[in-house]
Amino acid sequence: MKHSVFLRGVIVTAEKNIRIYYNKAPVIIFGLLFPLFMFFAFYMGRKIDVSVFFPGFLAMALFFTASSVGPLITPWEKQAGTYERLLSFPVSINTIILGDVLAGALFGLIITSIAMTVAVFFLEIAVNNLILLAITIILGSLCFASLGVLLASPSVRSPSHIMMFSSLIRFPLIFISGVFIPLTELQGGGRILSYISPLTYLVDLFNASLTGTSVFFPVLDIFALILFTCGFLFIANRFHKRNLMKGL
Amino acid sequence: MFAIKVENLRKRFGNVVAVSNVSFSVEKGEVFGFLGPNGAGKTTTIRMLTGILTPDVGKVVIEGINLRENQIRAKMKMGVVPETGNVYIDLTAKQNLYLAGRFYGLPKNILEKKSEELLSTLGLHERRNDFVRTFSKGMKQRISIACAIIHNPQILFLDEPTEGLDVQSRRLILDIITDLNKKGSTIFLTTHNIEEANRLCERVCIINKGEIVAIDRPEKLRGTFDKTQSIEVSFDRSVNSDLFTSGFISKIEMYGDKLRLYTNDPDKTVKHIVALAEKKDLRIISMTICGASLEEAFVRLTGGEK
Ligand SMILES: Nc1ncnc2c1ncn2[C@@H]1O[C@H](COP(=O)(O)OP(=O)(O)O)[C@@H](O)[C@H]1O
Ligand SMILES: [Mg+2]
Repeated sequence: MKHSVFLRGVIVTAEKNIRIYYNKAPVIIFGLLFPLFMFFAFYMGRKIDVSVFFPGFLAMALFFTASSVGPLITPWEKQAGTYERLLSFPVSINTIILGDVLAGALFGLIITSIAMTVAVFFLEIAVNNLILLAITIILGSLCFASLGVLLASPSVRSPSHIMMFSSLIRFPLIFISGVFIPLTELQGGGRILSYISPLTYLVDLFNASLTGTSVFFPVLDIFALILFTCGFLFIANRFHKRNLMKGL
Repeated sequence: MFAIKVENLRKRFGNVVAVSNVSFSVEKGEVFGFLGPNGAGKTTTIRMLTGILTPDVGKVVIEGINLRENQIRAKMKMGVVPETGNVYIDLTAKQNLYLAGRFYGLPKNILEKKSEELLSTLGLHERRNDFVRTFSKGMKQRISIACAIIHNPQILFLDEPTEGLDVQSRRLILDIITDLNKKGSTIFLTTHNIEEANRLCERVCIINKGEIVAIDRPEKLRGTFDKTQSIEVSFDRSVNSDLFTSGFISKIEMYGDKLRLYTNDPDKTVKHIVALAEKKDLRIISMTICGASLEEAFVRLTGGEK
């Protein structure tokens, strides 16, 4: 009975998030327009092989899309005064965190799947391993949606501050994760730095599933992403609990 | 068995002790009022009772369930109207009710029926598909209450539910509360509105600076300070309250166009007023002798005066 209440809470929370936050400006801007503009900025009008850079681009798009919903929800609810009502329902802080992650992950999943489909048909991107690709997209969505929820935990009441803060964290990651410079070309310090970025393993997984070549074993990448997801969820739980009453 | 049993609650925020040593119990089916001035610790207490805040010390038992050990199960039994608990303005009235109902696991057909019923009772049926952002404050609060009672909770918690509302919404909300109570639900209500507490509650608990100063039936609390009575009088034109100053009148207050004179000797005071009115050519519009009021008790207990 307890499990069903918990699961139901997660699903209802996620549904609420989808209804309310998918069409909020920061989500549209950071989750949709930004990756799209990045794509045009880097690949249009340049004589480069799209298929070489596509795994990196896809990883970046998934990264931004999946992590765009999470940072918004809690600060928004605190500002609108709905957070306390939410807490008064039969939910725990974990229900709310997982509901937020689920909404973010679904956003990433849907947008990335659409982008992928378009790419296959119009850019003639080949897929080497469809199952691995599916696993990559799902796992990547969950991982970065969790990061997004973690980014919402500082006790700031204003959603715009959180969006600024989360961009500050997210942007540097794309430079150290093999999105622009392939991992194989990263040397020394850059290489070591790339190991601490969860995005690195996603780029590598997309490489593995689309081109069949990767720096690490895909199993290792998958393991790393799972580890990062658990880490993000754990820290998010701590922070959200600690900052529960701040800004209420 | 009690509906709510609270032992020794304590909560500190930094250096501020918001609630300390609070213990009481509420019987099933009772309307229990939690009365106190602003900053007394009402909201902090209700948050600890509803599982939103964890107390530093103390125990809360809801319908026999220890809140700390079994929070979700306890929360299923209650409905909560938080002080700042706004509803989602980006959802319609009906969507808000559905959201709440689904959290409590109501099956679809019951949810459908119950939300139709509530929306009609609250006079919002025509607006059911409008976004709540277009609603007035009173309408939003009605939705807030509807969300809290959609699952027929055994206990309803309300934190200053009628604060700042229009008369119509206020009355509707009080009716809903009374109605729910008649059907057997326990009501726990915080307010700083004494009249409301007096009218609704079977027992009130007066809290001040985080500590309970009295728990009793409103009538008895009123009786605690039986000695002082007051006389309310209004004239056809405004007068300076100093005019009536006298040895047997302890205090004079202006209430709108009325004067309220506190005294231990109503007989002398009335004669005094009449004599003075005669002398100054004042027409008396109304005059009432009031027993000691709950307000008086409240003011004395919370040390709000002097
Ligand atoms: N989240 C919080 N952080 C710090 N202080 C708080 C917090 N919530 C309440 N307080 C303090 O606790 C005291 C009681 O507040 P509260 O319970 O809101 O009173 P009431 O609801 O009776 O007006 C006040 O002094 C208030 O400033
Ligand atoms: Mg309050």
